[in-house]
Amino acid sequence: MISGKYIVESTFQIERKNKHLPANKKTSSSRTLQSLILDLSSYWAARGCILQQPFDMEVGAGTSSPETFLRALGPDPYRVAYVQPSRRPDDGRYGENPNRLYKHMQMQVILKPPPADIQDLYLQSLETLGIRLRDHDLKFEEDNWENPTLGAWGLGWQVMLDGLEITQFTYFQQCGGIDLNPISVELTYGIERIAAFLQDVDSVYSLRWNETTSYGQVRWREELQFSVYQFEMADVEMLWAQFNLYEKEARRLLTAFAEIKDDDVARGRFPVLPTYELVLKCSHLFNLLDSRGALSVTERAGIIGRVRQLACGVAAAYMQQPKIEIPQQRAHSGN
Amino acid sequence: MKEKYQEFFLELGVEEIPAWMIPGALRDLRQHLEKGLTENNLAPDGSLELQTFATSRRLVAFCPRIAAKQPTVKEAVQGPPKKISFDAAGNPTVAAIQFAAKNGTTPDKLKVVTTPKGEYLSVKVTRRGRPAIEILSELIPQAVKGIYFPRTMHWDSDAEGKTGTQFIRPIRNLVAMCGGRVIPCSIGNVKSGKTTFGHRNLSKSGGKPVLAVKTFADYRQALAANGVLLDPSERRARILDEAVRLLQSENGLKLKPSPELLETHTYLTEHPTPLLGSFDPSYLSLPEEVLITVMRGHQKYFAVEDAAGKLAPRFIAVMESDGDATGVIRHGHERVLRARFNDAQFFWKADGKTALQHRLESLHDVTFQAKLGSYFEKSSRMQALADALVSGLRHSQFVVDPQMQSDIVQAARMAKCDLTTDLVKEFTELQGIIGGLSARRENLSESIATAIYDHYLPQSMEDELPRTLGGNILSLADRMDTLVGCFGVGLAPTGSKDPFGLRRAAQGVIRILAEKQLPLTIDGLVGAGCEVYRYAQRMGEAESWQDAAARQPLIDFFEDRLRYYLREVRGFAYDEVEAVIQAGGSETRFKTLEVADMVKRVEAVALIRTTEDFEPLAASFKRMKNIIEQARKSHGFTGGRPQPELFNMAEESSLHARYEEVFQIVEREKSSGQYTAALQVIASLRPAVDLFFDKILVMDPNPEIRTNRLCLLDMLLNGFSTIADFSEIVPRESKPSGAA
Repeated sequence: MISGKYIVESTFQIERKNKHLPANKKTSSSRTLQSLILDLSSYWAARGCILQQPFDMEVGAGTSSPETFLRALGPDPYRVAYVQPSRRPDDGRYGENPNRLYKHMQMQVILKPPPADIQDLYLQSLETLGIRLRDHDLKFEEDNWENPTLGAWGLGWQVMLDGLEITQFTYFQQCGGIDLNPISVELTYGIERIAAFLQDVDSVYSLRWNETTSYGQVRWREELQFSVYQFEMADVEMLWAQFNLYEKEARRLLTAFAEIKDDDVARGRFPVLPTYELVLKCSHLFNLLDSRGALSVTERAGIIGRVRQLACGVAAAYMQQPKIEIPQQRAHSGN
Repeated sequence: MKEKYQEFFLELGVEEIPAWMIPGALRDLRQHLEKGLTENNLAPDGSLELQTFATSRRLVAFCPRIAAKQPTVKEAVQGPPKKISFDAAGNPTVAAIQFAAKNGTTPDKLKVVTTPKGEYLSVKVTRRGRPAIEILSELIPQAVKGIYFPRTMHWDSDAEGKTGTQFIRPIRNLVAMCGGRVIPCSIGNVKSGKTTFGHRNLSKSGGKPVLAVKTFADYRQALAANGVLLDPSERRARILDEAVRLLQSENGLKLKPSPELLETHTYLTEHPTPLLGSFDPSYLSLPEEVLITVMRGHQKYFAVEDAAGKLAPRFIAVMESDGDATGVIRHGHERVLRARFNDAQFFWKADGKTALQHRLESLHDVTFQAKLGSYFEKSSRMQALADALVSGLRHSQFVVDPQMQSDIVQAARMAKCDLTTDLVKEFTELQGIIGGLSARRENLSESIATAIYDHYLPQSMEDELPRTLGGNILSLADRMDTLVGCFGVGLAPTGSKDPFGLRRAAQGVIRILAEKQLPLTIDGLVGAGCEVYRYAQRMGEAESWQDAAARQPLIDFFEDRLRYYLREVRGFAYDEVEAVIQAGGSETRFKTLEVADMVKRVEAVALIRTTEDFEPLAASFKRMKNIIEQARKSHGFTGGRPQPELFNMAEESSLHARYEEVFQIVEREKSSGQYTAALQVIASLRPAVDLFFDKILVMDPNPEIRTNRLCLLDMLLNGFSTIADFSEIVPRESKPSGAA
């Protein structure tokens, strides 16, 4: 793995730097945001996870990425980890609130099926970050997760470290309205929160992204400008028009899929995956309309229902689609 | 060496169970085990000393003594009838041979017994008791799977790839021991064994299931040595004691008690240790209610108060660990709380930029209930209803000055405005309170602020009621609007389902009326509510609401709640409550449920029924009622006034005379609310009534005389059943004076 060497080097750098720190500074306090991502990535890579790259569309959470939403469906085992920048327009605060962000990063880990020692594996990942659990207060507190637009829910906990919620730990039960079998476990680490904990800073903007650059330097303008856009300037008519277009296209495709009968080749090559991306477009446009204050209560409930209907339609199509064998030479590297 | 009795214990190792569900889960587990052990005759002398324990990660049951084996029993087993068991030659048939074989014997050992149904074959068999361990291996999985949880999950797949067992969270370990041996059983993919696990952080084995145990004493020892405090009461006491000890460091600091929070921490942990933290005193400029809610609701911290009862800039957190040697945990908790307080401060300031009354319009965007419209519409209805209730009070000579009335109506209008504040969106439990605090900040009158502040009270049977008349009127208006509205659109509670909390809402109405002694009737409240909805419909709102679905069904619903309140909450006897509810006599079917008045009447009935004359008189009333009902049926009696000139016996004239006297006094006492005195006077009728029934046959052959006597009794019944319907009173047999 190409990136492995880099991880080792960066870890080494941090440790070397620690030697020059005063004794009263915690070891972990010099961990940068990016080294946190690297350490979690290599930890889960070593436990059989594919390291995916962030999904290249706007999503509200790592769960919306097809690497979670679609992979959780069906019988095939899967393990994946990725960082997902997650956009929640309504949480935008013009860069003024030290803890709330329009866009934050989630480290998403999916283990399907979950190993019996999944809690221990998770706790070890924290130790990897330099958090010595013996010195801390860690609790798993009930937190049941539900995403109405995706027709998904699960049971689990919020993991509390010294009073701070650092991870959502969920056993998925349903996705797109379909009962899952096997179950997937989803770990969602709040990257900014954990980094702020490790660096002991009160504002997300003063986080050190690497040794020389702060979170504020990288992201503050984005927080400001996207807040301005989505709260003040986004053209509501344009957003509605886009929403309707994407919804229409997704519906057209789902109907077309349903109309193909007894033709496994046509069904197997049908663009179910692109249909899902159209649903995600709708979902993001809904979020923008909502933060723009353009939705009345009834409209809001109605749109959530429409998006859920599409998401459930895609999930059903994904399950029904015959899986075309991946050609030999494409499935195996080398040779 | 075989022991007659053995100990049995069970530990179910589960990933963190939601704290609030644990006590219920333990009750279920105990019940299932007790039932199974008793039904299988394993309880020594029929009694089990079953104990249960739990931490966040384990459910435990322990029985010091169960029978090692079921008793061996001899019993007679009945077989086929004799007539099909032997052929003509007296030889056993197939039926007899099969019956014998099934019971491990030969046909010649079979006997014939005579039963009420005829002659049957019979055989004596000895049933060998099964060992306890064998029974437990079946009972344990059943008992565990029988635990009720509101929502369960899958986590595993079985061999066929189907998802396996369901439980509240994944089951990961199972210790099941009987007499020092493992009880072989499994739940899902988890097999029973003899190794338990310690505390995640405080045991050397890192909480892995490697601690082998044989007896329950071993087990407790292993847990204690590995950082687990098994007994919830020990954890509860530890949290309280240590918190008190921490607070001794500063003069006069006290924990603000919160029993729910204490229970949460008791079951959220295996080894709780309190920690004392501080926050910047500058945050004390925020309302205390906000600070406490942030600490309690979000962070599960106990608030701390100073000697004067004011909030101190301290908090108690509970760690799932044994201490905080480096101070790093305290530092972490303080950091999180600071961020939370900053958020709250930001919201409190930002919310202050928009006055409550300017928030009314935005209530259009907050749904109350899909069929009943937005909170804007609800606010208009509450305003109208509050106005109607105040007028109703004034109508009953209850003094409400005009300024007060205008304050109440204004408060009702704005009561829901705080739903649009960021603080309430963030902390729903502060609804009402934020409205009240905002009203105060905006220098609205104190009576408006308090009314809004209190109007969600009471939340439960034990909860306090609003402090002021305004608060009570708002609370009534809010609840009545919800009740009348939900009933009218077909959302009345059914069976155990009550998603809108309507029973609780009705209970709140009754408590306010009864305990604040407001002279309002249930029918009046329901009627006013219906009027407001009819008006709203004329404005094009709440279109699907129907008067017929709301009015009478809701009055009946209230009557039921009122029974519950008087009996279960106030402790009045069944017949006393019925007597008061059925009051009004036979002529009028219209009953006025004036709750405060009913409480006074039932109190009077309960007081007077112990006196000598009362129950015998009640029995006579019952008799009168029966006679009249009978006469209505068989003689077409329709009532009327008795005519004194038709009396031909002294006893009926004197009863009539007594009636006239007593009626005057009773009416006078009643009108001044002296129900006990009124009932005493009624009870004094007893000698006259007794004499009447001794000497007179009501059903005289002469129809004129008969009807006149019936009229006299009917007048008596109706005249004296306005406080309570005495015929509902069931005389208590143990009473020495009991003449019934």
